[in-house]
Amino acid sequence: MTSSCVDAPDDYVGETSIRGVVLRDGDPVEGAYVRLTGTQEEFVAEQRTPEDGAFRFWVVPGDWTVICLAPGAERLEQSASVAKGKAVDVKFELLPAGSAAG
Amino acid sequence: MVGRSAGTGEEQKTLGEYANPDALVSTDWVAEHLGDGSFKLIEVDEDTDAYERGHIPTAQSLHWRNELQDPVVRNFIDKTHFEKLLGGKGVGNEDLVVLYGGNNNWFSAYAYWYFKVYGHNNVKLMNGGRKKWELEGRELTADKPAVTAATYAAKEADLSIRALRDEVISKVGVAPMVDVRSPDEFIGKLAAPAHLPQEQAQKKGHIPGAKNVPWSKSANEDGTFKSLEDLKALYQEEQGLEPQDETIAYCRIGERSSHTWFVLKELLGFPKVKNYDGSWTEYGSLVGVPIELEYKEEVPA
Repeated sequence: MTSSCVDAPDDYVGETSIRGVVLRDGDPVEGAYVRLTGTQEEFVAEQRTPEDGAFRFWVVPGDWTVICLAPGAERLEQSASVAKGKAVDVKFELLPAGSAAG
Repeated sequence: MVGRSAGTGEEQKTLGEYANPDALVSTDWVAEHLGDGSFKLIEVDEDTDAYERGHIPTAQSLHWRNELQDPVVRNFIDKTHFEKLLGGKGVGNEDLVVLYGGNNNWFSAYAYWYFKVYGHNNVKLMNGGRKKWELEGRELTADKPAVTAATYAAKEADLSIRALRDEVISKVGVAPMVDVRSPDEFIGKLAAPAHLPQEQAQKKGHIPGAKNVPWSKSANEDGTFKSLEDLKALYQEEQGLEPQDETIAYCRIGERSSHTWFVLKELLGFPKVKNYDGSWTEYGSLVGVPIELEYKEEVPA
């Protein structure tokens, strides 16, 4: 690290992140809530998707869970293992609420 | 507008179980009373652009930094500025103010604490915040409401709900403290939440003896607060916090801890709980104060 005012661990650098998109019938979804939780299921961050349906979380390397909530859609959840300096891609395809029942 | 009156009674009943049953209103309640002039609605967000993109009809916005914090000194705005702020938003002393925001009502809880500091007791949070409102498919608008300025007279700041540096130092090991940051910040691995810039204190770690209960553990996935039973289990049974203790909540800069302060004060009924808004960015930069550090960075050979 070169900045004197930033003292993050060395692994908190570069592209280390989880990024992705929320789609409905192949089209980007605005207004979905994508939430990042850690290994102890603790909430870390949440983003509301803009027009292009995209989200991105900068993280430290490790195992994470990404959850997607959207109006009229089933709750979706995916795991992501992120290595130092790598970006992991996650794609959510929304399903109509109730469609996952049974 | 989607009609949801069928669920209203049940949710209001749940809210009535908390220590202060008047601290929260449901999204149903807000939807039913929109436009009837019975309250002022104010959105407070971490994402300060969210309001511009769309907000609940009739809502005004409140910027947590530009409007609530002193532009020069590290402090919140003084009484005169609070009066000007509320008057400018058309809020009178007798008005009911309903606050809501994103991220589990994180920053609206911060604003709520300000309202209480300056003696505006007729204030509530909308349970679930804007996320619950949106997930329920309710109406948003980009239209800003017309506002008629009012005259507002604030009370002197109530310091019984705010902990300052010297008090915190004097109570290390004496009063219970709740560190509401993430586990990685608590043990000293990170200096700020993983997704935020690492603006920080000089040192990592936590105040000795503090319990770590990440703030968001008090919220459900839809942004609503957990039930009274779950909150009691989380803070009282698991951590041994007692309602009558002078508990101090802190985080990094005092916002997340406002949320926990709200939970302990209004939902669980801890009458003496305080928010330490100086939090870790102050404590962790003080010379000579005790710190507990559990994480040891590996030193390259």
